[in-house]
Amino acid sequence: MKNHESLIKDLAPTKFTKSGVIWVSFLVIVIVIGIIEYIDQLIKGQVVTNMRDYALWGIYISNFVFFVATSFVGSVTVAILRLTKNTWRTPLVRIAEIITLAAISMAGITIMIDMARPDRLLNLFIHARIQSPITWDVIIIPTFLAISFLLLYFPLLPDLAILKNHFKEESPKLSKWYGKLSLNWTGSNKQKSIQTKSIKIIALLILPIGLVLQTIDAWLFSTTYRIGWDSTNFAPYFISGAFVAGVGALVTVIYVVRRVKKLENYITDFHFDKMGKLLALGCLIYLYFNINEYLIPLFTAKKGEMIHLDTLFTGHYAPIFWFVTIGGLIIPIIVLFFKQGRKPFPMFIIGVIVVIASWWKRYVIVTPTLLHPFLPIQGVPKPWHSYFPSLHEWLITLATLAMCLLIITLLVRYLPVIPIQRTADEQDQLKTTKNIEP
Amino acid sequence: MNMEDNNSNSRRKFLDKGLKLGIATAVGGLAISKISKLNAKSNTNTGEFVELMTTDGTLIQVDSSEVVEIVNTHDTDKKYNVREGFPNRKFVMVVDLAKCKNALKCQSACNKGHYITGENAWLKVYKMQESEDTSPYWMPTQCQHCDAPACVTVCPVDATFKRKDGIVLIDNERCIGCRFCMAACPYSVRVFNWNEPEQPEIIEEAEYTPDYCGKPSVKGTVDKCDFCPHQIVKDELPFCVQACPNGVFYFGDKYEDTVTNGEETLRLSKLLKDKSGYRLMEDLGTQPSVYYLPPVNRLVDFKDGLENYNEFQSVEKTEES
Repeated sequence: MKNHESLIKDLAPTKFTKSGVIWVSFLVIVIVIGIIEYIDQLIKGQVVTNMRDYALWGIYISNFVFFVATSFVGSVTVAILRLTKNTWRTPLVRIAEIITLAAISMAGITIMIDMARPDRLLNLFIHARIQSPITWDVIIIPTFLAISFLLLYFPLLPDLAILKNHFKEESPKLSKWYGKLSLNWTGSNKQKSIQTKSIKIIALLILPIGLVLQTIDAWLFSTTYRIGWDSTNFAPYFISGAFVAGVGALVTVIYVVRRVKKLENYITDFHFDKMGKLLALGCLIYLYFNINEYLIPLFTAKKGEMIHLDTLFTGHYAPIFWFVTIGGLIIPIIVLFFKQGRKPFPMFIIGVIVVIASWWKRYVIVTPTLLHPFLPIQGVPKPWHSYFPSLHEWLITLATLAMCLLIITLLVRYLPVIPIQRTADEQDQLKTTKNIEP
Repeated sequence: MNMEDNNSNSRRKFLDKGLKLGIATAVGGLAISKISKLNAKSNTNTGEFVELMTTDGTLIQVDSSEVVEIVNTHDTDKKYNVREGFPNRKFVMVVDLAKCKNALKCQSACNKGHYITGENAWLKVYKMQESEDTSPYWMPTQCQHCDAPACVTVCPVDATFKRKDGIVLIDNERCIGCRFCMAACPYSVRVFNWNEPEQPEIIEEAEYTPDYCGKPSVKGTVDKCDFCPHQIVKDELPFCVQACPNGVFYFGDKYEDTVTNGEETLRLSKLLKDKSGYRLMEDLGTQPSVYYLPPVNRLVDFKDGLENYNEFQSVEKTEES
């Protein structure tokens, strides 16, 4: 690997800087606070939240939907870009896979926080009913988790072997771990062919399974009668929303990692330009579905629909709804239209806004519908007529977000964020094609 | 190589032929058995007739060979199964909105009888008015025990279940507290135990059965009206039916076509036909077991019910001494 010494040196994991240590400590503190609050919730019951019989699902569920949506980024970056033969995706795929794995793991944990009786978790397996959309969720999430893990792990094998050699002198313990995890990768033709075939199968599988995951997530809502949820539009609406949330998260994380690890030579303005166009495409498709979901019911103006739309357009949830729609959807489309908007720093700002807007969008999907049921809300205390999360809910939710970031941080710390072997191969290929050309 | 090919080819041919023969045999056998059943239709008319009267008073004549004695259905030797319910019964309720004046005796009887200590009663009397021009009325609503219950379909662990006698119950020892059933129910009849229910100690230590919802209530699970199987087993009426001073609630058995409010016993089908009974949100397809009689020829003015109306409370707070 003589020619690739510089490549390996650039891409190999390095120790945490001071800011890295501060970042990780901050995340750990947030997580510990969340765990303490969760234990309090277990002891006292979910009365510590502000959920009550009408607002029976709150930010635990909308947070869960957010994590599931963000985990779609792996399907987009690895499968969709691969099928459409977008070769520029190479430096981005590993980070995309890391985000996917972190997000789907946290989705699994977050949903258990919403269960009031987690001590009966096994009932979901022993007494599972196939008719229930929750059972479909219980099947699809571990499936997707396994495939996402393999999608990260298989292409990682040659890189782990490279890192084993790289760290042999300076940290032999780390080198030993890389060696174990690389499963005796030698780079032989037989190993390469097995690896290529395996990656091909997994990369093909992750797209339909990712689509099924987003669909089942949507069906948790659209299999009920509730106005605002009972929409035939919901599954593709959620899929396109996941596209937006996923690519927004990708852009944000890539910008930070690129800066911290000084990867400007590998993730260039060109990549941000391409990602910007991809995000713009996603936002346009999502806008289309938003129009179908929120504008078209105005035509027939059915009573129930109008109650729902009024709370979103002019009522209690209007500020959040307009922030999410204009700030998280329309402004990104406009800004990304221009080449200046697709430069790295503007892309980072857009990415952060898109991620925050994606989180609040799911809040606006879950709670308003629950607060206008078919029969009037009567006979319950006044606070039950509205919902805003309690301190417990905020702290626990922030802890799950921190845990997701911690998983991403640790994986970025210990794994090469850009596939080393693959980049090396592509560079070699470029050189040989250049040599062949007269 | 050739030998292997020949062997695999002959193996393939064998499996192919075997499969085809097997399917042909299965289909043929099935067809033959069905045909023999068709031909075996009994043709043993004795020519003797028996005169019978149907439930709506028509006299009919039936060949005596067709008259079969109904086996006594007391089922006393069959052990009662909580998940299957009372055999050969289908419980229904009729709520006469013409008589309801929001006395709320039904609600307090249900609350007391089920030791409800939360802030949401299982039986609520709604102040309803469809539009500005139409008349307001009081509508008692509890679990409709639907025949196509949305709550049962979405429960991931089979904690809520529909019984053969029509009653939908909850097994609070299996419920995982996901609240999907509450999200699915369009009638908003389910309540949740967000914390440890503060019931009397003797109730908290009672032996749990889904038949008696609330005895005891379980933290982190769902409760709702249970149509009082614990009363039915004693041949008594549900708490709300007994308590109503205006005879609003009728309870009975669809198979027997009979409902009673404690004072009068009526034919269900005739009652629904004469007073134009309907069900709530019929077009959702839930097929509720609760019928409503429209608020016409009101016994009392709607306004008389306003003095009892409390928008923000449905369970009386017990005074802690």
